[in-house]
Amino acid sequence: MADGPARPPSPRTPAPGGGLGRGPGRLLVTLYAVFAVGATSRSAYQLSTRFHEAPLAYSLSAVAAAVYVVITVALIRGGEGARRVGLVCCAAELVGVLTVGTWTVLDPDAFPDATVWSGYGMGYLLLPLVLPVVGLLWLRRPHDGPDPVRSSPA
Amino acid sequence: MLTPLTVAVAVAALALAAWCGFAAYRDQPTKDRHFAGMALVTLLALVQLVVGVVQLARGGEPDGGTVVFVSYLLGVAACVPAVGFVSLAERTRWGSATVAAGAVVMAVLQVRLYDVWGGGHG
Repeated sequence: MADGPARPPSPRTPAPGGGLGRGPGRLLVTLYAVFAVGATSRSAYQLSTRFHEAPLAYSLSAVAAAVYVVITVALIRGGEGARRVGLVCCAAELVGVLTVGTWTVLDPDAFPDATVWSGYGMGYLLLPLVLPVVGLLWLRRPHDGPDPVRSSPA
Repeated sequence: MLTPLTVAVAVAALALAAWCGFAAYRDQPTKDRHFAGMALVTLLALVQLVVGVVQLARGGEPDGGTVVFVSYLLGVAACVPAVGFVSLAERTRWGSATVAAGAVVMAVLQVRLYDVWGGGHG
């Protein structure tokens, strides 16, 4: 499922501009990877077998899945470009979960089946709402040079 | 599907989450004893996987569909090993926190699994 990042970690020599996926970022990467794998496989299954039942919900699920995949990849790759992509996608995710969440509350009839973002991600412990906020906070910090969080004793 | 087993896996996963969450709280990386705990929880998940597949082979029909059911079973079994590897690479409190998060996900998946099977009849 959420297997380790492709790049082997090297605590003594932090990659220039990297560090997005280390320390607290590691937890963030893992959660995003879970959502990326889960949402992608679920929406692939829904789109291929039952698209006609709830086209809107399933299309939005697919969009959500794509966003999760991009954020996961950005966090693992690291670097300034990936950080920017991550920021944009986390913002999009936040807008998405707020929009779809409100939409499902106001017009439940439009959603015969739930998306990840239905009810602000209620069915997923509200993580869809919490993750982009934490992601934005994490990505806003400067990540150049040695990671200041890495000083904790092992 | 064997509700007691589902409950047992969920409880074991939550216990692992609390244990590793405590390690993270105390600023400790995962240690050998945590990995023993992860192995135990994974073993339970594998038992559940086998039981689930046997139920299907005996003609069981999950409400949510066979494909979904099997993928949830595989997801549950993959959860803890995956975060275990992450914590091997992250020798800080955040490795422990990752295992705790993965174990919580595993417990939540048990609820879904219960739904997908159809509320436990059978």
